[in-house]
Amino acid sequence: MTTLTIPPTHTSSATAGRSHLLRAEWTKLRTVRSTWWTLFAMAVVTLGVAAIAGATVSHNWHTFNVIQRATFDPTGITLKGLLFSQLIIGVLGVLVMSAEYGTGTIRSTLAATPRRARVLGAKAALVGALALVAGEVLSFGAFLLGQGLLRHPAPHALLSQPGVLRAVVGGGVVIGLLGLLALGIAAIIRHSAGAITTYVGLLLVVPIILQTLPSSFSQPILKFMPFHISDVMTSVVTAGQGSSLSPWAGAGVLALYAAVALGVGGYLLVRRDA
Amino acid sequence: MIEVRELTKQYRDTVAVRDLSFEVPPGVVTGFLGPNGSGKSTTMRMIMGLDRPDHGSVAINGRAYHDLAHPLREVGALLEAKAIHPGRSAYHHIQYLAETNGISRHRVDEVLDMVGLGDVARRRVGKFSLGMGQRLGIAAALLGDPGVLLFDEPINGLDPEGILWVRNLLKGLAAEGRSVFVSSHLMSEMALTADRLVVIGRGALISEGTVDDFIAETAGTFVRVRGPRLADITGVLEREGANVVAEGDDALAVHGLDAAAIGELAAAARLVLHELSPQTASLEEAFMSLTRDSVEYHGRTTDVPVPTAK
Ligand SMILES: Nc1ncnc2c1ncn2[C@@H]1O[C@H](COP(=O)(O)OP(=O)(O)OP(=O)(O)O)[C@@H](O)[C@H]1O
Ligand SMILES: [Mg+2]
Repeated sequence: MTTLTIPPTHTSSATAGRSHLLRAEWTKLRTVRSTWWTLFAMAVVTLGVAAIAGATVSHNWHTFNVIQRATFDPTGITLKGLLFSQLIIGVLGVLVMSAEYGTGTIRSTLAATPRRARVLGAKAALVGALALVAGEVLSFGAFLLGQGLLRHPAPHALLSQPGVLRAVVGGGVVIGLLGLLALGIAAIIRHSAGAITTYVGLLLVVPIILQTLPSSFSQPILKFMPFHISDVMTSVVTAGQGSSLSPWAGAGVLALYAAVALGVGGYLLVRRDA
Repeated sequence: MIEVRELTKQYRDTVAVRDLSFEVPPGVVTGFLGPNGSGKSTTMRMIMGLDRPDHGSVAINGRAYHDLAHPLREVGALLEAKAIHPGRSAYHHIQYLAETNGISRHRVDEVLDMVGLGDVARRRVGKFSLGMGQRLGIAAALLGDPGVLLFDEPINGLDPEGILWVRNLLKGLAAEGRSVFVSSHLMSEMALTADRLVVIGRGALISEGTVDDFIAETAGTFVRVRGPRLADITGVLEREGANVVAEGDDALAVHGLDAAAIGELAAAARLVLHELSPQTASLEEAFMSLTRDSVEYHGRTTDVPVPTAK
């Protein structure tokens, strides 16, 4: 080889400073339209369902029978729209990872930060925080909007009543945890369509399949399904004890799902070729 | 400085790179030459720590890529044109890369201006032409002002002006003392740009050295032969061990025999020649003869493809 020994002298002031992985991931997240579209869609369905629920219940209250009136949960009914948001946050969480593979950006990302686990960690911190904040804002927004529209004689809930604050906070927590689960699934599957299908399949299709099976088999499993857990977490009037997890145990199970998906996804991210 | 040692990489059933070792020293442009599918991009991905080699290692300035605290300040790479989210603006793409490695905002504007994208930096990348995408990739490579630079087929999709610009950019970067590694399957382009060459075929090293050495060693001469009965001439010459390649319909390129020997053989066989002229092969031809045996995907022009049993 040649004996050229010109020292590289490229230490300009332009390249001084600490790296900010979180800030960089935030730049990526906020500079694509899909982020804002998914959040906008979540707001529309969650608040829309709350408004419709509040208005129709007030209108139809006189048709409710005694049992319906006794078990009526004004908190839970106004938070039903969060079920749709749970699907939509999955799209956001998946795209944060899979869009990088789809567009090839992942190569730039991992060349800039070869410690790959840190990349997924930063993404998880941001997705988790954004989904939690969006979830809480929407959960409280839906609750307040729905209660405002529930007219006498239909009862409405107050945050000071037992279990109400827990349900409303829980609605946001579910969104945050499911966003993380979706991110983990995308780190494993890497393709947008495949990851979104898997996520929706876990939430919607698995419970449907379970219900076709003998209940002695499906009953003990159903209470671990994300939709079932979120239903319990966003309700004040809870159904029979044995068939459901407690709200906070349910949150723990969702957190476990997210942690497993992120753990497997992180392991594969480090091991596989980009 | 890049040191590649005994790299091997296998994908399922293809060995993409085979026991490959070479160096990319500072201060010169090192061309990375090989036919399609010979493993150039795979090698570059392994240098960048993106694909994991099955065997062997790469050192950049003496360290593994994974151990570089701020890799973009030491290595810049253009691997694929437009491997960028189409919905994001050019500015934001470069901005997030800068943030990952603690590089200032000022530098983001600087490199975008440098590649001529200053005016369109706020536009979404999806609307960019291939050439603009290529320039954006180059901006990303230059961002951290690195001492080591890799470019995978950087002139793809560029117009003549763009090609000239890239050529001068690469030479300028090398003249500043950086290690510049650029792949191409065009020998002619490398002859204009590179000082050193690393030539591979089917993932294995064929030749490494200066461009001048490469020309001296491989750009051998051949003899052009024309005549009315080329098929017969071919038969005679091949019996004597010559390597005969058809040049269009009416000429032969003969390797391995000089003009005198060919003339005598033709005379002995009573074959008329219309031309018998020694030629010096171009670099392109030298490269093709060097890699002929290792070309993965031959274009067929005359033969009917034969279905192969698997
Ligand atoms: N991710 C991959 N999975 C499977 N096979 C691969 C992968 N990447 C490359 N290969 C195979 O490895 C070989 C080398 O490919 P590579 O892209 O490195 O060649 P190249 O020299 O860059 O070719 P070109 O000049 O066409 O860009 C090819 O046979 C290719 O099909
Ligand atoms: Mg290639």
